[in-house]
Amino acid sequence: MQQVLSIINKEVKLEWRNKTAFNSIVLYLVSTIFICYLSFNVKTGQMQAVTWNALFWIIIVFANINGVAKSFLQEGEGRMLYYYTLCKPQVILSGKLIFNILLSVLIAIIGFVVYAIILGNPVVNHVYFLLTILLASIGFAGILTLVSGIVSKANNSTALLAVLSFPILLPILMIAIRLSKNAIDGIDASLMNEKLFTLLSVDAVVIATAYLLFPFIWRS
Amino acid sequence: MRKRWWKILGVALVFYTLIGGLLMEAPRLAILNETIRAMHFHVPMWFGMIIMLTASVVYSIRYLKTGNLKYDTYAIELVNTSILFGLLGLATGMIWAHYTWGAAWSGDPKQNGSAIGLLIYFAYILLRNSIVDSQQKAKISSVYNIFAYATLIPLLFILPRLTDSLHPGNGGNPGFNAYELDGRLRMIFYPAVIGWTLIGVWLTELRIRLSIIKTKIDE
Repeated sequence: MQQVLSIINKEVKLEWRNKTAFNSIVLYLVSTIFICYLSFNVKTGQMQAVTWNALFWIIIVFANINGVAKSFLQEGEGRMLYYYTLCKPQVILSGKLIFNILLSVLIAIIGFVVYAIILGNPVVNHVYFLLTILLASIGFAGILTLVSGIVSKANNSTALLAVLSFPILLPILMIAIRLSKNAIDGIDASLMNEKLFTLLSVDAVVIATAYLLFPFIWRS
Repeated sequence: MRKRWWKILGVALVFYTLIGGLLMEAPRLAILNETIRAMHFHVPMWFGMIIMLTASVVYSIRYLKTGNLKYDTYAIELVNTSILFGLLGLATGMIWAHYTWGAAWSGDPKQNGSAIGLLIYFAYILLRNSIVDSQQKAKISSVYNIFAYATLIPLLFILPRLTDSLHPGNGGNPGFNAYELDGRLRMIFYPAVIGWTLIGVWLTELRIRLSIIKTKIDE
């Protein structure tokens, strides 16, 4: 537990010292949203709900791939070996995973706020919308952490990362899009609980398999 | 696996499916009519694909447990055959959908799900090609194979159930669910599933033998 905390601490400090990484994600989000605003050429709040929703999730997914995916790619060969001698693979994964979940949730919330200011906010049921964002971010972080670990072992990393993670992100993305559409329409909560539960169980499956499989990547 | 009887059985069952599926009497259902015969050729592709993908995951797990490269060869060749079955399933489905639903691609959840599934396994092959060292390749791609399978299952079995599908038997369409699957259909459908799967296994076995011989020659 102590080790997990110190890994998270190290990641946060690293991020805090050279804010370039975090700032670049925020700038990426803001400029993508602004590009969308300019290219759709609609006044605030006039975009159709379906388009609004789809665009939001596309932006979030790409920002996640840019931001979260670097977790293992930025580690040098030497530092990996140093970690390897210090602690168990589960500890490394927990540290990285918790940090990535925090980062991913932060990306989604900042994205939502900026997006809502520039393109309007049609959401009716905010509680469920934010719950969807939270659960989807956990799933994204789980998948991207493991895929980033996989890709760090293969060469030509960045291109491979996108190709490997897109198709496995899709199930979570599809449930999330459907849920957030329901939250925008303000459908009765009892109809959404089932989908929310499905999203939660997919997250659980993703994280459980990540824990089972990570030691094998780590050992090589 | 060297025995001959199951290969003969597979060929016999596929021939039986071809003749029976096309010529024997089929029940008449609204909308579907004679196109119901497509079921004997389209649905077994998906059954075969899922069975072989499951086997592939089992071999990937066995590889990670033992470190024996033979199991990794089994896993990749099973995935290769599954991709062939998946493409055939998609093609037969699109031909059928062109006449029954009016368009080859109608954005049906099952159709989308299977397309995404194929993308996942194309990515798997891409990953294998980008790693040179064979032990490393086997280990990393086994991990990806298991992880991909874990996300494929909700995609194919849970997502389509959250929305209405155009497929027969879903969302009030006439079709062949548990009690409607007519005795006349069942007589051909079950042998068809077994027959096509056996043919797929045979294909895989040949490819495994080929790749083992190739690695021996390279050494």
